[in-house]
Amino acid sequence: MIVVNNLVKNFGSLQVLKGITIRIKPQEVVCVIGPSGSGKSTFLRCLNLLETPTSGEIIIDGIKITDPKNDINKVREEVGMVFQRFNLFPHMTALQNITLSPMKVRGLDKKEAEERAHHLLKKVGLTDKAHVYPDSLSGGQQQRVAIARALAMHPKIMLFDEPTSALDPEMVGEVLAVMKDLAREGMTMVVVTHEMGFAREVGDRVLFMDEGVIIEEGTPDEIFNNAQNERTKAFLSKIL
Amino acid sequence: MEIAQSYLSHIIKVLPQLFDGAVLTVEITSLSVFFGIIIGLFMGLGKLSKNIIFKVPSTIYVDFIRGTPLFVQILLFYYGIPGLISSITDSPFKIEPMVAAVVVCSINSGAYVAEIFRAGIQSIERGQMEAARSLGMTHSQAMRYIILPQAFKRIVPPLGNEFIVLLKDTSLLAVIGVQELTRKGQLYVAVTFASFPTYIGVALVYLVMTLTISRLVSWTERRLGVSDRRE
Ligand SMILES: Nc1ncnc2c1ncn2[C@@H]1O[C@H](COP(=O)(O)OP(=O)(O)OP(=O)(O)O)[C@@H](O)[C@H]1O
Ligand SMILES: [Mg+2]
Repeated sequence: MIVVNNLVKNFGSLQVLKGITIRIKPQEVVCVIGPSGSGKSTFLRCLNLLETPTSGEIIIDGIKITDPKNDINKVREEVGMVFQRFNLFPHMTALQNITLSPMKVRGLDKKEAEERAHHLLKKVGLTDKAHVYPDSLSGGQQQRVAIARALAMHPKIMLFDEPTSALDPEMVGEVLAVMKDLAREGMTMVVVTHEMGFAREVGDRVLFMDEGVIIEEGTPDEIFNNAQNERTKAFLSKIL
Repeated sequence: MEIAQSYLSHIIKVLPQLFDGAVLTVEITSLSVFFGIIIGLFMGLGKLSKNIIFKVPSTIYVDFIRGTPLFVQILLFYYGIPGLISSITDSPFKIEPMVAAVVVCSINSGAYVAEIFRAGIQSIERGQMEAARSLGMTHSQAMRYIILPQAFKRIVPPLGNEFIVLLKDTSLLAVIGVQELTRKGQLYVAVTFASFPTYIGVALVYLVMTLTISRLVSWTERRLGVSDRRE
């Protein structure tokens, strides 16, 4: 479903991604781990073209998104993204945050969009928060609204960039629970995370990235209990 | 005592005329800020554009207007440009002072408002645009539904300030004979030589107007603040 071939990204003279090649199957949950600055976010942001790759190709569902003649916006409709800092729209209620894009981009009418939004709010456990503005929600609640907002576009793939890193510890669980549900329902997910417990439990595959390359990949068991590469071992010994 | 009495009687006499002038001052300022906001929105977006066809002209416009005195702009527009047109077409050409006043002040205000818009838009966290784009919105949809509504709230205070600055600067229009507040004072002084009470009166009328506007702005700011308490 996602094919990445020799993806390279430079920021000026700094090469952040040095040739990433990977295939991700439908319904697979891939967790990306690695030290700070290794290019995890940049890799994720390339997958929905928030960053324009310098070279290499990305093919999603048979569409070569790195081909400039394909419509970026159409691609993004199929790829949802959840950010570390939630990025909810502060001037809109939770409900409006969720319904805006389905209405403006997909052309749903208001009633349809709101029905779907209420359904999604229920799914993330926030039925009673529909008419609340983001600044009155806790971090965990905001992130769950952000997940619902991304899901409202019915994406085929969900990207998560450290979705729990900005949360107080007691709120991490509620967000991870929503993500586990999604994984169980068969969503294709790429998750950059420092939550090794989540990666172990939910991940089908774990990628260890360092300095712009995938150093090692394998099942959670292979990576966490039986890492082959010295750098992977060193990283894991520091965080586990 | 005598001086005080005579000053007081001058103030009482001149006040109705100053009031007429003040009405014109507010009219010119309001019209100019209104057009200035329209010009400023496009020029501000132009300055932020990556496309040089938009970026270069709007940058030149903003730099030229902000880098030259309004007084000179008034003279250039009221005397200079009609003079140029007259000599090219070889027939007399004149602009109505009121028309010139509103046009010059709108163009002037537009440049300052452009900077206000640019700063307001740039102050919105980058993540907002990214979130909107990641949901499939086009750049202009993201601007329209996400960035601009948030930027508008932050723009209200500097926009109010621009209104106050321009309101005071319309006094420069006296030079082309527009009968705004300052000009009304000048005309009264020309006949009576009562410069102190007249100009004190003029100053106080400006003060009342600027204070009123700044109160209005803080009130609006508070009202708009309700749904956006986030830092
Ligand atoms: N827009 C940008 N311009 C210039 N350099 C950038 C930009 N974005 C990222 N970088 C650089 O690219 C490198 C990789 O950044 P990236 O955010 O992908 O790392 P990361 O693995 O996600 O790190 P973290 O765990 O801290 O989030 C860093 O050195 C960073 O400074
Ligand atoms: Mg990152």
